[in-house]
Amino acid sequence: MLGFLKNPVVVTAEINLSLVALTVMGLMSRLWGLSYPRAVVFDEVYYGQFVSLYMKRIFFVDDSGPPLGHMLLALGGYLGGFDGNFLWNRIGAEYSMNVPVCSLRFLPALAGALCIPLAYQILVELHFSHCAALGAALLILLENSLITQSRFMLLESILIFFILLAVLSYLKFYNLQRHSSFSGRWCFWLLLTGVACSCAVGVKYMGLFTYMLLLAIAGLHFWHMLGDRTLSNVSLVCHFLARGLALLVIPVAMYLSFFYVHLALLYRSGPHDQIMTSAFQASLEGGLARITQGQPLEVAYGSQITLRNVLGKPMQCWLHSHTNTYPIRYENGRGSSHQQQVTCYPFKDVNNWWIVKDPGMQQLVVSNPPRPVRHGHIVQLVHGITTRYLNTHDVAAPLSPHSQEVSCYIDYNISMPAQNLWRVKKSESAGRPVSILPPRSDTEHKYSSSALDWITMDTNIAYWLHPTSGAQIHLLGNVCTWASANVAAVVYTCLSLWYLIRRRRKIYDIPEDAWQLWVSAGQICVGGWVVNYLPFFLMEKTLFLYHYLPALTFQILLIPIVLQHLSDHLCRSLLSKSMFSALVVAWFSSVCFAYRTFSPVTYGEPLSVAELKDLRWKDSWNILIRKQGR
Amino acid sequence: MPAAGGGRAGPGPLRQRGTRRLQGTPPASPLSPRPPAGRRAALGLVTLLSFASRFHRLPEPPHVCWDETHFGKMGSYYINRTFFFDVHPPLGKMLIGLAGYLSGYDGTFPFQKPGDRYEQHNYMGMRGFCAFLGSCLVPFAYLTVLELSKSLPAALLTAFILIFDTGCITLSQYILLDPILMFFLMGAVLSMVKCNSCADRPFSASWWLWLSLTGVNLAGAMGVKFVGLFVVLLVGLNTINDLWDLLGNLNLSLVTFGKHFLARVLCLILLPLTLYMAMFAVHFAVLNKSGPGDGFFSSAFQSQLIGNNLHNVSIPEQDGYPLSCHCDPYPGGLCRGEGIYTYLHKDLNNLWIIKKHDSDADSSSPVEFVRHGDIIRLEHKETSRNLHSHQHEAPLTRKHFQVTGYGINGTGDSNDFWRIEVVGRRAGRLIKVLRSKIRLTHVATGCILGSSGKTLPKWGWEQVEVTCTPYVKETPNSLWNFEDHINPKLPNISLDVLKPSFVEILLESHMVMIRGNSGLKPKDNEVTSKPWHWPINYQGLRFSGVNETDYRVYLLGNPVVWWLNLFTIGLYLLIAISTAVALKRGVQLTSEHKGELSRVVLCGGGQVALGWLLHYLPFFMMGRVLYFHHYFPAMLFSSMLTGKYWMLGEATWKIARGAFQILDGHFNSSRSFYLFHPLSYGMIGPMASDPSSPMAGLRWMDSWEF
Repeated sequence: MLGFLKNPVVVTAEINLSLVALTVMGLMSRLWGLSYPRAVVFDEVYYGQFVSLYMKRIFFVDDSGPPLGHMLLALGGYLGGFDGNFLWNRIGAEYSMNVPVCSLRFLPALAGALCIPLAYQILVELHFSHCAALGAALLILLENSLITQSRFMLLESILIFFILLAVLSYLKFYNLQRHSSFSGRWCFWLLLTGVACSCAVGVKYMGLFTYMLLLAIAGLHFWHMLGDRTLSNVSLVCHFLARGLALLVIPVAMYLSFFYVHLALLYRSGPHDQIMTSAFQASLEGGLARITQGQPLEVAYGSQITLRNVLGKPMQCWLHSHTNTYPIRYENGRGSSHQQQVTCYPFKDVNNWWIVKDPGMQQLVVSNPPRPVRHGHIVQLVHGITTRYLNTHDVAAPLSPHSQEVSCYIDYNISMPAQNLWRVKKSESAGRPVSILPPRSDTEHKYSSSALDWITMDTNIAYWLHPTSGAQIHLLGNVCTWASANVAAVVYTCLSLWYLIRRRRKIYDIPEDAWQLWVSAGQICVGGWVVNYLPFFLMEKTLFLYHYLPALTFQILLIPIVLQHLSDHLCRSLLSKSMFSALVVAWFSSVCFAYRTFSPVTYGEPLSVAELKDLRWKDSWNILIRKQGR
Repeated sequence: MPAAGGGRAGPGPLRQRGTRRLQGTPPASPLSPRPPAGRRAALGLVTLLSFASRFHRLPEPPHVCWDETHFGKMGSYYINRTFFFDVHPPLGKMLIGLAGYLSGYDGTFPFQKPGDRYEQHNYMGMRGFCAFLGSCLVPFAYLTVLELSKSLPAALLTAFILIFDTGCITLSQYILLDPILMFFLMGAVLSMVKCNSCADRPFSASWWLWLSLTGVNLAGAMGVKFVGLFVVLLVGLNTINDLWDLLGNLNLSLVTFGKHFLARVLCLILLPLTLYMAMFAVHFAVLNKSGPGDGFFSSAFQSQLIGNNLHNVSIPEQDGYPLSCHCDPYPGGLCRGEGIYTYLHKDLNNLWIIKKHDSDADSSSPVEFVRHGDIIRLEHKETSRNLHSHQHEAPLTRKHFQVTGYGINGTGDSNDFWRIEVVGRRAGRLIKVLRSKIRLTHVATGCILGSSGKTLPKWGWEQVEVTCTPYVKETPNSLWNFEDHINPKLPNISLDVLKPSFVEILLESHMVMIRGNSGLKPKDNEVTSKPWHWPINYQGLRFSGVNETDYRVYLLGNPVVWWLNLFTIGLYLLIAISTAVALKRGVQLTSEHKGELSRVVLCGGGQVALGWLLHYLPFFMMGRVLYFHHYFPAMLFSSMLTGKYWMLGEATWKIARGAFQILDGHFNSSRSFYLFHPLSYGMIGPMASDPSSPMAGLRWMDSWEF
């Protein structure tokens, strides 16, 4: 306890200088000239709206994703003192002076920069060499598409950061598992895995793929533990519960808490109120609350009410009537009752008011004490302005001939009896918020692409174009890295199959521990690529190249793994080893060259027309070349 | 752990039960070449009952029920040899057509809508054929379970479940693809299981027989509906597993393994593929007359159909100025004047005249050929207006430009100029009729002429919208080809030179089918059946009749059977997981029980459970319209699982058996069948809500609509 009296307090710091250097380089590459261009770039126009709404505390619902990512972006705005006053309407619009561009873009850029040390550590935790880890970090560092995506107010870099963090913490946790279960660090990394997973899901639903992958890997590892007869049943149950708590319960709780914070922050009524239930709307400041404030909670006979359709699809509307009557004959020749129309009207109007009346009583006033209307009561509904009863009868409705027409009864003194008694049934299920916002974009977009285009990078996205000079920013990857990542994936798959078949015939080409390393690295990297890529073939939403970036990150991590494996196990002689190293150096310099070549469109440096034409390495790339003489 | 404890407590009573069972069924040697008389009798009984239940009241109702309107009609098309298009492969409909042909149906009944009376037409052959295949399901399932579990009670239970399932009966009694599909599916499963039990005698005659039968059935299943793919997947996984085991067996030389591998490639890949292609060959050979399906296919294909206006005609091969042509978005659909829409049928308004952009060629000038990269004008022949586009948004696809007819008597403005480009060609090459796929680029705005595939409202005669898309992408929507071509100055060629090869036709028809399948999207606000409805028997399908006076048939599973199946699946998962964990934890079991447990629970049951999963889960990912009857293949597997469970209950867990006996499968399924049989065999009279109805009190769920 009082050990510090006996022994001196010693702090031994071990600093991995290469890791520090990588981080610094990452920060430089992502943060350099962050406020340029001082204009709205691509999807900033979309996320910016939400940041503004957060700043103004106006309620909104984004149907494309959960709120954590928007909140993090808004945090940047908050720290930079953004007041939310900017009209996000057009890509390329100049930012006004009140927009703190740098701080808005800071968090995504920071997350993007931190991916580099994370990649380094992941490879170390997978038990690969320092050299391989360095390679992975450098490849991430020099990947133009990741740089572009990090430097603007976009969510992908934050997503990738949380994904890599989750993978890293799971690996750390798993490596601690062998000798120090239930130690402090063990708990910390396990918890961090769950937290990072929920953050990844909270930024974009795409994070769910990696979360599922980690759950599957954790399940597999636990299954292996089951076979370990040295562990007692009790300790297995403890292990199981700890994993369940950290990887299932905490993520769910965190995910819910994001929404809690979202709702707590946004207390003002706004444009998306209408997709929520009336009860929720009434809780927002402004909007419906102004009407409902101070009105009685229970409906009594004689109450004046408006009736809103709970579903709110395709638009919210209120039961409405007006003096116009149904046409005597419809276009298709069917007849109607020619009584007063009853409609559902999407705007608030004085004609939406109805009075609840007891059929047994004549007067419409509220009795004293008020008699509340209960489930099962039979009531009449009187339209406030025209004082006619809500009525339905065996006449076909105007558009749905299978249903009965609803009208306000006019006593024409003909043989059509009034059928205006209604039974009140209370539905027990509370209305659920339904998202009905129109999809963000039509399925077609100038820069949309299909998932198949991504592997070969047959497509790019123009993010921004300088109005006068030729400077432009594109989401365009490092051609060399993309190609080698694909090669690495193919080599990995073929080699694994080869080994697997040979092992089945009891021929062991590589030592058992090398095989285990190879398999566990593949689970993470190939698995990560597969789960983040293949699901897009089943999706029907508009797809863009940036959806591929998480998968690409995993695929890049696979390159040094394959290279190290080839050099360790397939290059047997010294000569072939040194030849291989020379090849790797040559290949890496080509990666650097590709990075240099495309960095003008990554950072938006001005280029002449000839230079732009030179950059168009593929015909399918859409590089904007201004026509001469305009 | 509870499972471990249960396992440890087990051995005492287990052993007794095991021995008693062995005494109870003396000649149960699984590999005996001749089945004992008892089993043969059981098989006979099961088959008899199955046929009796399926053929009972088969002719009723004597009118078209539900999808008979499609498949009966398509059977007639085969008899009349009229070309048609359907989203399913042809085998099922071809067999229906054959059955009709052999039974003397002449193909004259129009099958217009459900409820049409058959009158004098002979429809019994087609229904009988489907009912025959549907009846075979029961003996197939019986034999499969017998083979997997070696237990007569289990097999009998499966058979009775299927015999007394109202849903299976209903689905087997009409002219539908499902009985045919399920026949091939169960056939494939049975042959696969039989082949697996011949595994100790590889390359014997019976081994080859079952292996090749598996292949034949796979081809059949795929040839009826694309969901046959799931059973192909099941067999494929089983085969991979098989080969993997063989590979691990070091006693086998690599040469023997190679033989095994090649035998499977031959029987399970090459044979089915050949049969599948043969089906299409027959399909295209039989259907040689023009019919309602022409417009879905390319012009080159249409030229092969008797009666199509492209058949046996000869037209100029190269396009020249001036000419009239008839342009056709590739594939399917023609264009029409004024407001420009694509029109799926052919008429005179589809004709356009190609002119040079700068001069009006008159009829006396010499012929000039249109070349790749030329700039042209297209003048509508009927109204003399030019095809025109400008930067106004199109009526439906707001992001595209509007395309109109403009100008009077062929004089317009520069917005009428189009550059004509052939896909995959260099500049200056001639453009050929039918074969050249061309793209029309608007010169002024750079957009590309395409059809958006959306139907215009009434004012546009519900034709297909044509737009000019500014997104320069290669899509089939923006490709066109010249179809009719009238130019008196050019020599005509016969279209026979354009005859596409069989492989081209096969590929084309698959493209069309896949597009058609993905086009079956539910409309907005349409209530469709959801996959989670199915196992709980949430909602049936109305086959015939709505009102009280109608003859009503309602497709609904026997609720007792279905809920039992559902319960069994849950129980199975529980037992499989706890067994697997117990085995992994090394729970002390006698080796006999261990072997039996892992064999029955994990392998045999696993195969059937995998079949259920493969036939059920993919539907959750499908975007197309789903119906209740899609679950029936999966239901066959879950019934087999239930049957197998009987065996498990008898052999191992006492508690599980007790629970099972309470349910008493046999009794309940036959009794509930008696209660629910009017659903399948039809009923007339008041609805179930009326106490005097035969179904009164049986509407156990509000969602059942009878």
